[in-house]
Order: sequence, then structure tokens, then C-alpha cells
Amino acid sequence: MRHTGAGLDRDVRAAGGRPWGALLGAEANLGDRLFRLLTAAFAAGAVVLLAAMAFQMTRASAPSLSRFGLGFITGRHWDPVRDVFGALPFLFGTVASSLLALLFAVPVSLGVAIFLAELAPGWVRKPLGFIVELLAAIPSVVYGLWGIFVLAPWLRETVQPGLAMAFGSLPLFRGVPRGFGMLAGGVILAIMILPTIASVSRDVMLAVPSTYREGALALGATRWEAVRTAVLPHARSGIFGAVILGLGRALGETMAVTMVIGNRAEISASLFDPAATMASVIANEYTEASGDLHLSALSELGLLLFAVTVILNIVARLLVWKVARVPGGSRRT
Amino acid sequence: MRMALLAPMAVLGLAVGCQHSSGPVEKGERAVTAKVSTGSPIDLQGAGATFPYPLYSKWVTEYQKVDPRVRINYQSIGSGGGIRQITERTVDFGATDAPMTDTELAKAAGKLLHVPMTLGAIVVTYNLEGVQSLKLTPQAVAGIFLGEIKTWNDARIAESNPQTTLPGEPITVVHRTDGSGTTAVFTEYLAGVSPQWNGKVGAGKSVNFPVGLGAKGNEGVAGQVKTTPGSIGYVEIAYAKQTGLAFAAIRNRAGKFVEPSLQSVTEAAASVAETMSEDLRVSIVDAAGEAAYPISAFTYILVYENQEDAVKGKAMAQFLWWAVHEGQRFGPPLQYAPLPAQVVSAVEGALRGLRADGRPLLKE
Repeated sequence: MRHTGAGLDRDVRAAGGRPWGALLGAEANLGDRLFRLLTAAFAAGAVVLLAAMAFQMTRASAPSLSRFGLGFITGRHWDPVRDVFGALPFLFGTVASSLLALLFAVPVSLGVAIFLAELAPGWVRKPLGFIVELLAAIPSVVYGLWGIFVLAPWLRETVQPGLAMAFGSLPLFRGVPRGFGMLAGGVILAIMILPTIASVSRDVMLAVPSTYREGALALGATRWEAVRTAVLPHARSGIFGAVILGLGRALGETMAVTMVIGNRAEISASLFDPAATMASVIANEYTEASGDLHLSALSELGLLLFAVTVILNIVARLLVWKVARVPGGSRRT
Repeated sequence: MRMALLAPMAVLGLAVGCQHSSGPVEKGERAVTAKVSTGSPIDLQGAGATFPYPLYSKWVTEYQKVDPRVRINYQSIGSGGGIRQITERTVDFGATDAPMTDTELAKAAGKLLHVPMTLGAIVVTYNLEGVQSLKLTPQAVAGIFLGEIKTWNDARIAESNPQTTLPGEPITVVHRTDGSGTTAVFTEYLAGVSPQWNGKVGAGKSVNFPVGLGAKGNEGVAGQVKTTPGSIGYVEIAYAKQTGLAFAAIRNRAGKFVEPSLQSVTEAAASVAETMSEDLRVSIVDAAGEAAYPISAFTYILVYENQEDAVKGKAMAQFLWWAVHEGQRFGPPLQYAPLPAQVVSAVEGALRGLRADGRPLLKE
């Protein structure tokens, strides 16, 4: 309950320590009361919606849950013709492609964020920040098409042969270079989550009180040392939250990944091999699925993804709150 | 602010993706239209296959000129969705590429009729530099998609292409990853010609392909084949023609290599017309005719034989009658092959069987 914010704490005090009274409206003014009830109803609507979706998906998954049980998560075969459904390759594909995306996106995003928050002159900061945020507004199908016609051929002809030549002895870089596959999926996702991580990290860094920076600089630190010793440690959990948010987006991303990842329900160590994700298989198979068990298995995949996403978002929230409650005010733009 | 927005969006996006089963919206609309159907405008709701959508939407606009009272709304949500919605009677007609199975028919609220509307061909398309024409035996197609034939100069491909120099490049197979009628027809063909395919993979709208890359939609497969040298895939004929991709001639049951074309598809349909079962569910893959292209299929509209509402039922019967006669001429420009005459007469019989309250809806 601590995290519901200062507003409620204050109202609880005003209502003599009765939290529910505060929620339902203890104001003398009728308008205020109605306003409070109305907004509370909207807020409750979000909760009800979430609960209803979770309930509906669980109900739709019931046949698959009872048929496969835990075997659904550990099963490696997905064969709609024979009604055998195991989600492990998709779970692997989702997690691996998202982690790969983080591996590419986090260093770049942090660089962008540090530049925007600490180093860029004022006239660059605003337009550049705007452009980075604009990346998040590009529809994912556009990223996907770019992936098919530009990224995949480039990976196939330039990057993958180079990697195979240099590190071909590692299982990570074996196989026929086809362009489409785990590597392409990871790169596309990295580009898509970059604006999320970069702009949230920038906001978090800007929230670090200027006095910390000034103190470090006054002690003779260079710009980099000031960032490293004063800003980053302070913003650490917030940046971590930004990364988790990016991860959340990567886990749920459907269209662009489907278009480049190759869509094979297989677990392979090689980045050149095709893989598949939970979100993409749901989107791909749901419209044409007519078998009851097939539909149910797809719902269960949705439930699994839902659970993973909700958990990650909760973690992200907790971390971001933690940094937002830093004492000493903020310097938000 | 961004943080506050992103979190619920991720959750919502996911939920929306999984929630579009048969919607309650159509139910509500049905109730309303049933009430006003004695008045002048007649609304017909349909949903289903995406493959015939360009033709159906052409029919919808053209039929407005024939009978302005009838307003048809067709949603191309996929065959699976079409079957679900007509089974639950939330639409007036459904549409599907692969005929419904007996199990699916048993779940329907009444006797469902399959009305063949048009024909489509699936072509085996490839991207191989310097190779303009390619002939493939059924065994070669199955071998490639099973992953047994790994390079282009394999003897099983070369034997039917003595005039062509085939490179030793590895073959990259591209298949549909989304469930589709296209995959259903293609795998039905492979399961028919290759016992090995039948045992290992089987046939269906979504199957577990042994090799290759999965692409989304006909346009996705066409796009990946176009950008991947040495690749092979299968798409609806219209997509191969639009993207200018090369496609193979396939050896049919009569032993002839036949190029896919509207004519060779209509041939395939004509050759099975005599053996058509009474409910019109029939497969025309691997048809027997000399000039028949072996990988083609009907696409169907699904209607209940007993219509609940005589006015709507009559409008529907008249529309379907129009579609299999006058409507057929809109097919070829959109790469749909017209129904052969034998099939049209079989459909006429079925449409005369449509009833409401026991009375036939068509007089003729």
C-alpha cells in the first residue's frame, strides 16, 4: 500500500485513518465527491478489465491445461495436425530473442540517454530526444518490412558470412546464413526497444538532483567521472526499470519479429537458425485454428505470455517508483 | 508519463491479440436486422476465408447494382473464424477454403451446405538465378519440403530438367507460418503424393514443417522468396504473378508437366465434377485430367440449408445464384478460375435445396 502515493496518505489522515472512507469520498462538497467516485470507477475499470482478461484466458485454456499440465511448458513439439502442443520452443524463442535484443539495445540506449541527459547542448537535446521517441511511433509492420527487404539480405550477405568466418567454431554462429532467424529477430527488437530504454533512462538521469553532479564536478571529477560516480549509481534502479520496460515490450512484440525470425518451433544454439516466439505463434495460428485443443493451447500460450509480461511490468513499476522517490526534488524537463 | 502508458499497452496489446473469437457484436446486429428484415434493406453478414476476399468484395459492390436492397458485409477473418461463426450462427454465411470436416459439421446448429464459389491455384515459386523454367515431379516437391533434397542440383530435380543447368546451391524452403487454407491445400497434396509426408507431417492449416523458414501470409512468403536466392515456397497464384516470381510446372497424375493457369485449374475442377459427392465437398488436388494442374482447390461459402428468415434466406439464395453465374466473370481478372459448367449445375441443385419453413427459396 505504500506505493499508492502521497495523495492517498494525505487523504487517509484527513479521513481520520479510514482508507476506504477516503477512497469513497469524505469531502463535504458534492461535486468533489462525484468527481472522486467517477475517477475511482475509471481506475477500477482498469483492474476489472485485467482480471476479466486473466479469467477469460484461463477459462479458454482449461482443455489444454488439463490435457498437458506442466508438460505444456516443457514439451518441445508443436504439431496442430496431431494435437500435440508443447510451448518450450516458443518460450525459448521469446526469452532468447528478447535477451538478445537487450544485449544490443542496452549499451546503445544508455549512450543515447547519457548524451541527452548529461552532455548534449540544450539546442540538440530537445530535437534529438524527440527523434529518439519518434522511433517508438513507427508501426511494427514497417520495421518488419524493413527487416525482410533490407536487414535480412544485409545479414545474409555481409554480417553472417563475416561472423561465420571469424567465430565459426562457436555453436552460436553455425549453419547456413539465411538472414532470417534469431539474429534478425534480436536486431529488429533491439531497434524497437531502444527508444523506450533511452528515453526512460534519460528521464531517470534528469531526475538525479543537480547538486550531486555539481558536487562531483567541484571535487575535480571529469564529466565521465561525474556521470559514473554521481549520476549512474543514483539512477541505477531506474535504469534497470527502463531496461525491464524494454524487455516487456520485446517479449510482447509480435508483427516485426514474426516477419524476420523464421518461425520454426525449434530450439537451436545458433543465432543463424530460425526460431519462433509465443506472441507470433498466437497471431499466426489463432485466426485459422478450428480444433478445440489447438485453440485452447494458443490461449494457454497467451496466458503464459500474459503472466510473464505482468510480472515484469510489476517489477519495473517497483523499481521506477523507488528512484522517483529520491529525496531532494527533481530536475525533470 | 511514458512509463505509465507502456505497461498497460503491452498487456492490452497481448490480450487483444487473443480475444477476437466470435464476437458478441454480430449477435446484437443480427437481432436488430431480423426485426427490420420485413422492410426494404436486407443485411447479410458473412465472415471467413481471406483468400477469396478480393473477389467477394468485388461481388458485394457489383451485386449492389443488381439488387440495391441487399447489403452484404463480408469480413475476411480467416476460414477458422468463418467456420466458428457460422457454427454459432452469429453470421448469415461463412466462408472457408478447406471444406469442413465431419466433426466440425456435427457441431453446427443445422445442416450446412458447402457452395463452391471459385477456384484457386497454389504455385510452387522459386528464386534461382538464371533458371526461368523448372519442372518438378510430385516426389521432388515432397522431397524438397521434407528436407531430403538439400541442393538444387539433386538428381531428383535434375532428371526432369535436362535442359537446365542447376546450381549446387543449398535450397532454402519458405513456408506459411500462419494457419491458412493455402497450407491446407498444399499439405493435402503432399500427403496424397508422398506416403512419407503423410506419415511424418500430415495435412492441415497449420502443420509442423520439417525444414525451412516460416513467413506470414502469401505476401510474406512471396517477399522472402524474392529476397532469398536459392529459395522455394508456395503461394496463391495471384501473389506469384504480382511479384513477378517464377513458378514451377508440376507433373500431374496423367504424367504431364502442367503450368499453373486459370485454365489448368478449371480443368482440374472439371475432371472431378462427375465424382462430386452430394454435399459438394470435394478435393481437386492431384486431379486426373490430362491438362489438370494438380495443386488447386475450391473455396466455399457455408450456408444453412434451413434458413431462419425467409426474406434474408431468399436474398442469400439469389445472391449465391448470381455469384456462380454472372459473378464468375469477375474472377479471371483477379486470378480466380471460373467454375466449370458441371460444377455450376451441381451448385444449382444445392441452391434449389435452400429452404425456409420448409418452402424452397428459389422458384426456377
